[in-house]
Amino acid sequence: MTIHNLYIFDRYGTLLYYGEWNRTKQSGMSREEEGKLMYGMLYSIKSFVAKISPLDPKDGFLNYKTSKYTLHCLETPSGLKFIMNTDNQAQNTREILRKIYSELYVKYVMRNPLCAAGEPINSELFKTKLDAFIKQAPLTAARAS
Amino acid sequence: MSRQTSRLDAKKVNSELLTLTYGALVSQMLKDNENPEDVNKQLERIGYNMGVRLIEDFLARTGSNRCLEMRETADKIQQAFRLYLNMQPSVSNWSNAGDEFSLVWEQCSLSEWVEMPNNGLKYCALIPGAIRGALQMVQLDVQCWFVQDQLKGDPVTELRVKYIKRLEDAVPAGED
Repeated sequence: MTIHNLYIFDRYGTLLYYGEWNRTKQSGMSREEEGKLMYGMLYSIKSFVAKISPLDPKDGFLNYKTSKYTLHCLETPSGLKFIMNTDNQAQNTREILRKIYSELYVKYVMRNPLCAAGEPINSELFKTKLDAFIKQAPLTAARAS
Repeated sequence: MSRQTSRLDAKKVNSELLTLTYGALVSQMLKDNENPEDVNKQLERIGYNMGVRLIEDFLARTGSNRCLEMRETADKIQQAFRLYLNMQPSVSNWSNAGDEFSLVWEQCSLSEWVEMPNNGLKYCALIPGAIRGALQMVQLDVQCWFVQDQLKGDPVTELRVKYIKRLEDAVPAGED
């Protein structure tokens, strides 16, 4: 079980952070462009889901799955978007995204006055903590052993 | 800032520490600025910048969802007061349209041991700023001001919150 990569967007669509762990195929464009493409798609999916849903959507868009990977999306009420790609067997990913938000993002970015809002995250501390967290996350445990 | 080893649970500090630090901030600002009006504005701005960050902490702690109604928002603000200042203001004086309400409290840890010179200073101007900043991050544009202030001799402190509009989601650049 694998986490491939992680994107964090703010409410204006700025790519705040990109982290990569097991990605064998690159998109062949710059990170910036890739971020824009990703955000554009999320935006479209979100409005698609909101419009097409036959019932009142409670959580909105949560994830999609292809034959090879699953994309998970967590959007906070403040408009932050956490996007994580994993393989199709991964479980409790929502829990993981929530933890990345509440235990890593809030703790090492929002509480760090040197991390300006709306700008890409440069904090080494955040990067290290995130890497460590992803490595010990329960869904990658099987791979490590 | 020290790196605390404790998990996300609230790191409790003595409220007197906050009270005195805030008092030192305000008195320093009064020394730096001739005009109390400027101090009010700056306190509001500091509050706004705090609110913008504080909201993330609040959302992460409480796991709140987006509010569909102002009444829900009022509840959440009340909860935030309890969480961050350990006080429980009451929500009252709803306008007929339900877009305006008051938060009323008798005791606030920020304004303990304070005697005010009569010069137009709004001692707690940080609070309305924080509320405005925090709500802006969840797409709510509000106005926030003091109607009554204990420090000015009123029986209670009353903070009015008025809903102005809902801010819309940003469209990705270059999509039009």
